[in-house]
Amino acid sequence: MLIKGRFKKDSAPASQKINTASLPDIIFMLLFFFMVTTTMRETTLFVRNTLPPATEIQKLERKSLVSFIYIGTPLQTNVFGTEPRIQLNDTFASLKEIASFVESERQARPENERPIMIFSMKVDRETKMGIVTDVKQELRLVNALNINYSTTRGEVRGM
Amino acid sequence: MARMNPEINAGSMADIAFLLLVFFLVTTTMDVDTGIRRLLPPPIDPNQPPPPPVRERNVFVVLVDQNDRLLVEGELSTVRNLREQTRNWLLNPENDPTKPVREMRDIDNLGEVEVSRGVISLQNDRGTSYEMYIAVQNELAAAINDIRNELSQEKFGIRFEQLTDQDLVTAIRTAVPMAISEAEPKDIGGE
Repeated sequence: MLIKGRFKKDSAPASQKINTASLPDIIFMLLFFFMVTTTMRETTLFVRNTLPPATEIQKLERKSLVSFIYIGTPLQTNVFGTEPRIQLNDTFASLKEIASFVESERQARPENERPIMIFSMKVDRETKMGIVTDVKQELRLVNALNINYSTTRGEVRGM
Repeated sequence: MARMNPEINAGSMADIAFLLLVFFLVTTTMDVDTGIRRLLPPPIDPNQPPPPPVRERNVFVVLVDQNDRLLVEGELSTVRNLREQTRNWLLNPENDPTKPVREMRDIDNLGEVEVSRGVISLQNDRGTSYEMYIAVQNELAAAINDIRNELSQEKFGIRFEQLTDQDLVTAIRTAVPMAISEAEPKDIGGE
């Protein structure tokens, strides 16, 4: 394959192949970047979790400080019923297990990060407040006071 | 035996790497969690004497019942009106004796400003829907954010959300506190 130079006539018939040997390296670098910066979704949801909308929201910047508490009706209603349930990590949990969950989440983090931990409540929009209030009371008892009501961005109902 | 070419063809290596790259791009999420941040009150110590009661004119009572009806200061209201009502009540421009006391305070970086002593008391029922609760929390926060924005605009010329200097943010926060108190839960209407 010989491309004729536009300006230089009859240049030496050099091989016009671009060296692509470093291309895999570049791609691998990108690959590693994405592998390191992104996190896989670590929990499988067992409860319905459509978050309510809100406008006055803040971002939770440091993901490592956040632990999630999921509340909602079970997805498999024929197995687990229709009452709203609490999900911690990968299992359903009762109210009493919240204290030990908080403790284990604290233990998993370095000591200087423990006081600024945030417990983010991902609650389904159709849940009644009863169970949410109970969870909040449990969190208060173990001094996990920094909480976040997880919401999506959007106009609230009734506006 | 034919002499083997000692060079391995690495041309397809890029394709394989691309494939992996696309896989990771698709499967991973970079989403940031967003929501309404709140600080819960510390647990009640039964040995401590109860805190002195807040004067009635300084409390803005917001009640949400099990049918998601909203009662603001004893009167039925809607989410749509809540923001305006809260704002008016907190600012108390006419110095209404049933609305909160305002007092002059000297705050760093702000100078003398009027600080409202009003506290919003939010009470909900066990049967209130979570969506309604968030809607009410959101509107209350919006009212306070509106006041903060106005004050910031007046003093510093930019909106509160755009303030980057942490000292100024703290000053505004002190002048317009996010005073939303949640009552100890009680079961009024059942689930």
